[in-house]
Order: sequence, then C-alpha cells, then structure tokens
Amino acid sequence: MTRVYDLAVIGAGPAGVAGALEASLAGLDVVVIDAAPRPGGQYHRHLPDSFHALRPGALHHGLERFMRQWEALRSRAEILLGHRVWAVERTGGDAAGGTAGATVTVRCLAGDREERPRAVRARALLIATGAHDRPLPFPGWDLPGVLTAGGAQALLKGSLVVAGRRVVVSGTGPFLLPVAAGLARAGADVRGVYEAGGRFGLARHPLLAAGKAAEAAGYAAVLARHRVPYRGRHAVVAAHGEDTLTHVTVARLDADWRPVATRTVECDTLACGYGFVPQLELPVQLGCATRRDADGTPVVAVDAGRRTSVPGVYAAGETTGVGGAELAEAEGRLAGRTVAADRGLRVPPLPALARRVDRLAAFARALHEAYPVRPGWRDWLRDDTLVCRCEEVPLSAVREARRLGATDARSVKLLARPGMGWCQGRMCGYAVACLAGEDPAAPRRPIAQPVRLGDLAGLEHPLRKDDRDDP
Amino acid sequence: MRPPYELVGARPDPAFEISVDGRPVPVVPGQSVGAALHAAGVRSWRSTRFGGRPRGLFCGIGVCFDCLVTVNDVPALRACVTEARPGDRVRTSAADSGPEVSGR
Repeated sequence: MTRVYDLAVIGAGPAGVAGALEASLAGLDVVVIDAAPRPGGQYHRHLPDSFHALRPGALHHGLERFMRQWEALRSRAEILLGHRVWAVERTGGDAAGGTAGATVTVRCLAGDREERPRAVRARALLIATGAHDRPLPFPGWDLPGVLTAGGAQALLKGSLVVAGRRVVVSGTGPFLLPVAAGLARAGADVRGVYEAGGRFGLARHPLLAAGKAAEAAGYAAVLARHRVPYRGRHAVVAAHGEDTLTHVTVARLDADWRPVATRTVECDTLACGYGFVPQLELPVQLGCATRRDADGTPVVAVDAGRRTSVPGVYAAGETTGVGGAELAEAEGRLAGRTVAADRGLRVPPLPALARRVDRLAAFARALHEAYPVRPGWRDWLRDDTLVCRCEEVPLSAVREARRLGATDARSVKLLARPGMGWCQGRMCGYAVACLAGEDPAAPRRPIAQPVRLGDLAGLEHPLRKDDRDDP
Repeated sequence: MRPPYELVGARPDPAFEISVDGRPVPVVPGQSVGAALHAAGVRSWRSTRFGGRPRGLFCGIGVCFDCLVTVNDVPALRACVTEARPGDRVRTSAADSGPEVSGR
C-alpha cells in the first residue's frame, strides 16, 4: 500500500522549510523534497559538514535561524534530499474543484548520477521551488569566466570557491551587494560594482530607504573597507577574451540604459545578474493561475492564505513573487498553517504573521519599482551576439525570424530555435520575449527536468489520470 | 589558510583527487565536480556543437546546462550539481573534440 502524505513540500529553502515545519507542528504528516544534497535552497546554501566550518554563518544573513528550523523539521517530517522533481500530477477529486479524495503525485529522480525514479503521493502540495538568476545577453556573455551573480555566490557559499581573482560585478538589484561583499571578504580583488539602474550612489541605495539599513550599511562598509568602487547607472555591456575572459567594457548609461560613454576594466571573472526568474514549471503543469508581478514577471497567483487556483495546491516564496528570504519564510509559515487549517486541524489565526507578509511584500514591490530592467540593453547587442546560449542563436537570427513574420516569442522560438536547447529557455526566455516585443510568458514545460527515455518508458501508466505507481 | 577558509573557520577533511580527461584535479570533500574544476583554474570544459566555443560554469546552480560532463561513463551530467567522489573519471567534450582543457 502506497503511503499518502498529508502534505508534500517541494523545495527545502526558506519558504519550504518554514511551511513544512508549521504544518508538521500542527499535526500533519509531511514530506519535503529538494534536488540539492543539503537544505537551504539558493539563499541558505551552505557548506557540507566535511568542511567543519566553525563559523558557517559568517557568509550568510540568518543561516542560524534557518538551521534551527531545519533541525526542528528533521525529527518531525520525512526528508527527501537529492530528489529532482520532473513532473507533478493531480488526480481524483470532483470536477467542481472539491478536494475530497484528490491526491498529488510528485515524480522524482533520486540521486545525482545513478538516478532512480520515485513517485511520492500526498493530499496537498506546497510549491516552494524558488527562482534562478535572470541574465541579459551582451557580446561575450558566453565566454568562460562570465558567471551569473547567483553562480558566483553559490561557489562561495556552497564550496568556498572564490569565483576569480579579479572580479567585476554588474547587473541590477539589491542582490549585487551581498555578492560583491562576499567576494571581497573572501579575498577576491573586486574591481567594481556596476548597478545599471541606480541613479544614486550607495549612500542613497533603495535598501536604506526600505528598512534594511543595517544590512545595506554592512555591505557598504565591506565594499568601502576593500576599496571597491560602486557605480550607479553603469553596466558591463561587453565581455572580451579569446577563450576566457580578460576584460570587460563598462558603460555609463542613460536613463533607458543606452551606453553614453565606455571604458575598459581588466578582470578574469564577471558576476552579473538582472533580477530573478521564479521557477514555475510545476505550478503551470498543474494548471495554477498566474499573474504578473510588479516588473511584468509571471508568478503564481495566490490568495491571502497562499492557496493557488488549484484546490489542495499552495505556493510560497519566490514562485509567488520575488521578494527575498525573509518574505519567503513568512509566506511559507502562512502556507503551512493554511494547509493544516484546510485539512481540518485547529490552527489559531496569527494576524501578526499576515501583517508581516504584507509589510515585506510591500517592500519587495518597492524594490521591483526601484530596479526595473530598461529597454536600452538591446543596444548592447551586436548582430553576432548569442541570444540563446544552448542553441547558439545570434541576434541576427532572431531579427530574421521577426522579418519572416514572427510577432511573438513562441513564433521566434519555432523559427530561430532560441529556448529549444538544454536549458529550455530558462536563461534566454526573458531576453527573447523582450526582443519579440512582449512580456515573458509563464513557462510551459511538461517535463521540468531532463528525464532519460527509459525512466519515462518505465512508468506503469505514463501520465494517465488513474496512475497509481510507486517504486 | 586561504581567506574564505579563515572567514568561516573551516578545517576540511583531507582532499582527494579525481581524474579529468586523464589529468588529476584536487577536490575538497563535498565539492561538486564543477566547483573543483573552477577552483583548480579550469574555466572551460565543453565545446559548443555549432561554434565549437568553450563553456564552463555559468549559472552554477543546475539551470543552464552549460557545464555538462561525463562521469564514469554516465553522460550529460551537470558538473555544478554533481558531487565529486574519490576516483571519479570525468570526461569532457572539450577532450572529445580535440583541444586541451583550457586553464586560467
């Protein structure tokens, strides 16, 4: 007999762990699933035990708090780390949307190489799959040595690897500050932080105005101590080198991000990021309604209790709007409590928690408004600049597709193939949508992770409504 | 001790080696294949299909698939999310297509 959990939580980051803990404290039988070998997600990524770090929190804001929650959760819930989820299906329940008898099947691959298929069933699902970096293309962005800001951060937080010796940080958004500060403290020569959007210097950074003064001042102090220049309304508009990065072109930008003056900065590494893309494959597979966030990004639509439009399916954290780890944790807690209440348990209302979510969400909206991506980045591209890294599609091919009559991102993709490679448009999707003249759409990827054909063929009743298999 | 190790007070378990296209690369236990390569100064280990361009880590978190390697004959693994194990034999497409793995 297959075990059916009360709640499956996908994602062991701040939202997932907080949600799972609340739900299990309320009495639910909870399983937590994450692809990584350790909990934390991207924000609380931390070192393996084999590093024996005396001060693991030195590189992190709030890691101790997260690890306390994790320890509390471990004894109460089933934990499945190293499990990549490639599909979710909802079966049963009545057509009117009732939840009676409905279950969700979460299809995973366990292990990072000799992977084994595994199906997990639950009566409710909390989606807390987080987000990844949103890059913008520019000439040379495919050169080795160019990393996403999150990638540079992951190397440092997860394995104490400093991304380079001489590093430039560029992009837009508050995330550039911890990345640059972390690299500087870890011994990198950070040659500059170039914030495309900031009109003002660090002294008038929006983080200061938005109640994060202590955190922002901490980063500012680190950058000052290491003599790292911070330039608002500047960005790296080209990366150069034969087989690896040797220097970048930094431009001063106008209000729309068109370059007005350029200079060269030597470096072996560039960490860049222009915000984040929520990972929506799984909620879209389930048919959850989406909405546009303040910056036009598609996110999962939820009610005040974090319920999606699909009964029994909840979402928290970056999938419902990018807002950082603190907001994600608060949303996760709220979601866990809602699931417990919806499953008939007595959960006293916590108005302070709802107010906290509202306050942090307002802060997130303010940051989105402070850091919009401006259209002038298109002027950074040349005809031969790759827009899609996987299929090596240059800007000229995207333009050709448009000339041939492709008026939306999907037609551009079908004609010129951007987004059809390994990453399935995760890296170029935003840029291709912008170049096609539309807001990015929610991703439609019926398979969220690459799956070997043998594993697909091995399903007893592949993706059928009455599927009941379990390993 | 290097600065990031001092920062967190790390005293890692003894390093081991993996073989990358026949060349030894040191690994701190717990590191991914991609992190170990990047730490060893190897910035690229894949050649693109059309342009033959070098690629290595880009997203670093398993999303972009630029860092694919073959480990112990298992193909198409993301180096950035595949934890290295003692004795691993890593083969790269940079080696398949001729040119040496390029260092920093």
